[in-house]
Amino acid sequence: MPGSDILLTLLLVVPTLGGLLILLLPSSNHNVLRGVALGATLLTFLLSLPLVTGFDDAFEGMQFVQHKVWFSVGGFTAHYHVGVDGISLFLVVLTAFLMPISILGSWSITKNVKSYMSLMLLLEAGMLGVFVALDLVLFYVFWEAMLVPMYFLIGVWGGKRRIYAAVKFFLYTFAGSAFMLAALIALYFINEGQSFNIVQITERLTSGEIQLSPLAEALMFLAFFLAFAIKVPVFPFHTWLPDAHVEAPTAGSVILAGVLLKMGTYGLLRFCLPMFPRASVDMAPIICVLAIVGIIYGALVAMVQPDFKKLVAYSSVSHLGFVVLGIFAFNMQSIEGATYQMLNHGVSTGALFLLVGMLYDRRHTRLIADFGGVAHSMPVFSAAFLIITLSSIGLPGLNGFVGEFLILQGTFLENASYAAFAASAMVLSAIYMLWMYQRVFMGKAEKEENRRLTDLNLRELLTIVPMIVLAIWMGVYSNSFLRKMDISIQKVVDRIEDVRQDQVYRVENRGN
Amino acid sequence: MLLIPSTQTQQQAKLAYVALVGIGIALLAALTEWGASEVAFSGTISHDNFAVFSKILFLFAVGSIIAVSIQYLEENQLLKAEYFSLLLFATVGMCLMASSVNLILTFLALEVLSIATYILAGFQLKQMKSTEAALKYFILGAFSTAFLLYGIAFIYGATGSIQYFEIAATVDQMQTYPLSLLLGVGLLVVGFGFKVALAPFHVWAPDVYEGSPVPITAHLAVASKAAALIALVRFLYQVIPDLGPEWQQILWFSSILTMLIGNIAALTQTNIKRMLAYSSIAHAGYLLVGVVALNDLGSQGVLFYLLAYAFMNLGAFTVVQLIGRQGEQYVNIQDYVGIGFRYPFLTVSLSIFLLSLAGIPLTAGFTGKLFLFAAAIQSEMYWLVVFAVIASAIGVYYYLRILVYMFMHESETDSGGIHLPMIARVIIVIMVLGTLYLGVFPGSFLHFASEAVNF
Repeated sequence: MPGSDILLTLLLVVPTLGGLLILLLPSSNHNVLRGVALGATLLTFLLSLPLVTGFDDAFEGMQFVQHKVWFSVGGFTAHYHVGVDGISLFLVVLTAFLMPISILGSWSITKNVKSYMSLMLLLEAGMLGVFVALDLVLFYVFWEAMLVPMYFLIGVWGGKRRIYAAVKFFLYTFAGSAFMLAALIALYFINEGQSFNIVQITERLTSGEIQLSPLAEALMFLAFFLAFAIKVPVFPFHTWLPDAHVEAPTAGSVILAGVLLKMGTYGLLRFCLPMFPRASVDMAPIICVLAIVGIIYGALVAMVQPDFKKLVAYSSVSHLGFVVLGIFAFNMQSIEGATYQMLNHGVSTGALFLLVGMLYDRRHTRLIADFGGVAHSMPVFSAAFLIITLSSIGLPGLNGFVGEFLILQGTFLENASYAAFAASAMVLSAIYMLWMYQRVFMGKAEKEENRRLTDLNLRELLTIVPMIVLAIWMGVYSNSFLRKMDISIQKVVDRIEDVRQDQVYRVENRGN
Repeated sequence: MLLIPSTQTQQQAKLAYVALVGIGIALLAALTEWGASEVAFSGTISHDNFAVFSKILFLFAVGSIIAVSIQYLEENQLLKAEYFSLLLFATVGMCLMASSVNLILTFLALEVLSIATYILAGFQLKQMKSTEAALKYFILGAFSTAFLLYGIAFIYGATGSIQYFEIAATVDQMQTYPLSLLLGVGLLVVGFGFKVALAPFHVWAPDVYEGSPVPITAHLAVASKAAALIALVRFLYQVIPDLGPEWQQILWFSSILTMLIGNIAALTQTNIKRMLAYSSIAHAGYLLVGVVALNDLGSQGVLFYLLAYAFMNLGAFTVVQLIGRQGEQYVNIQDYVGIGFRYPFLTVSLSIFLLSLAGIPLTAGFTGKLFLFAAAIQSEMYWLVVFAVIASAIGVYYYLRILVYMFMHESETDSGGIHLPMIARVIIVIMVLGTLYLGVFPGSFLHFASEAVNF
């Protein structure tokens, strides 16, 4: 099995220790606290790079695996089992990449800096844990544990309606994953009490060693799907997202949009499709329709938002609808496009929230109407904003195009009308984004305040330039990313294909 | 191990230390007895791992309650010798209940525990609420004890014995179960159900918990409840596992009712003691899920969860007591507004306890629930788990609400005056460590729990 085994553990330990270390430092010197947090997140990011360089593109299976027993009682055993494959690899790196940028973007936080930085680091550990966990209990632990820091980050350092948003976020997500807990315990017993090992369970289900009755499979699929659908979010479970995104502090929104939402789609690819393919195929039409509704609804609602943070939040609903559509179109292009789009969205929407936060820092308002002609006073900022806007819309040459194109092509192969509807949303997203850009940046600066805005300082440049570079790199040289995902995604596609061939075979032979 | 308390009339904190020493010695003695398996006193006591585990739990719980009580009693001018004697008497009762394999001894031990607790509940003589609590508890308690006794009588009539092993042997031989036996078991369950505050016998709990002095509330919620549950488990698992289908039905309904009532009622509470009372009721419901499962994983889960529950609740009540200050002035949830960053030690600890009660992973509450739910799924009681999961999700809201008030609201005034004696600090730290340790590394204690269920 390729890859050193302690690397992933280090990736989890560094932010955790960093978070705890910060608690021991004195709360008076803010710069020290910020420095330590930045250092810890940068270190984590650097540690995540060997994952990419050391990744074996041709190896089918988990890499960088570490596997130890966690606790065991009378045969009921949970393991500390971590590893990455093509699907989770870049999600881990994305998380590690976004964190130092978020910390840099949090320089304007002055209240309780110690707790804030500590919670951010613990949040990072939780998020990384979700993507690398290969044991069902471990996965669930990280999944839920990561809610607590996020809840505090929104609730303490957020905007006016932060408490409502934080509580809604927590309760909605927790309730959604409650059934997942029951389902994963049931999976353990279906696996004949051998283990919670995700890899093993998937393989045994694939080979037919252990089987699920259609009803059991449907129920368990739904249990897992509910948890992930709320996270993604899939329409109509999206109502927590606008509030949470808007009320969270800038860095909180970046992390929410950049990473947390991807956990839902990751879960779909890791659990729903490989473990419950029959149920996935059966439910696919409904889910695709929900995804398309989300795409179009998200785009339409985004168009009429007066608050630009809310506009970006609804655009997230729209973009992730694309991802879900891609996943449930079940072919190589669409799923790979969906996985790639997860990364793209993380970069572009994360960057959007950062930029929006910079405007808010200067003018303390998020209403589009309060702006206009900002390009005159902040030319560099406007250029950066334009590039990210175009990335979000899906202009060829930038990352968004690659993902959306692959998804649409794959979906078209599956069902042309789905693709047609989804494609219409590309126009919609161009409308709302460009219109927002025009209202905020172009034209004359009517309001006096807008003429005196300062352009980006060094720190802000440092946060946004890596995002722009990545957006361009991912748009131009996508192969460097896509080829690493091939094998793992092929496995998922094959699994679904087997089930569909089976169904076709059965239908054809019904007459005999 | 039994303790002989003394009743001197001195009004000094030294008494507490005497009591603590006694508890300490008993604890050490209990720890050395691990691995024993013998029946003594002509078949009335079984000295086995189950009993030892329970005793260690009780002694630990009462020890921390005594330690924390010192400050409470001093502040409220209640430092009387009777307090500690009564607590020690109650402990004797609890330890006996854990070992008892004779119905009459169980009843006797239960009474010793109950009577001591009735008086302790009313210890705050100056407060009407306390006396009211004691009276309510006494009347309803006596009523339920009558049920228990009646049940014992029926069981004796049906099986001809009051000794657990003999009853088990007789029941084993039976082809059909006589009505008197089933009635007896039902009444017994009702009697114990009251003590554990299971629905629909839980109605006394919120009022009594609210009226009692905070350390006694902790005692009621943790030690007293655990003792009754352990006695019930011993009886159900050791004596009448064959009658499983019969009593599982009753307890199945009771469990669901308890979890739902406990969690839903807690949502509207404004007094934190009442809220924690309803939360304890809900947790008894979760414990019952493990009991109903009737398998090894279930009984291990129950013991493990009781331990986890002890840590969480003792810690939570200690913090509540400290924040309540002298005379329990500040026990409304509104009083927690904005204190988050002002008393970080207390509020962060309380957050950990509340998150553990809610069942968030990395805490003991989660691992405990994991085992209980797993036991139920193993017994294919899927609906029970579905309800348990829904109840847990409902429950998160009121725990979260405290966190919201503490950290996310600004408070207008600072009333000050929170004293943090060293003992209380130590106790809280121990509870936090226990809660987190059991959540992240449950293995070692699980091991003990699994050994303990080999009656």
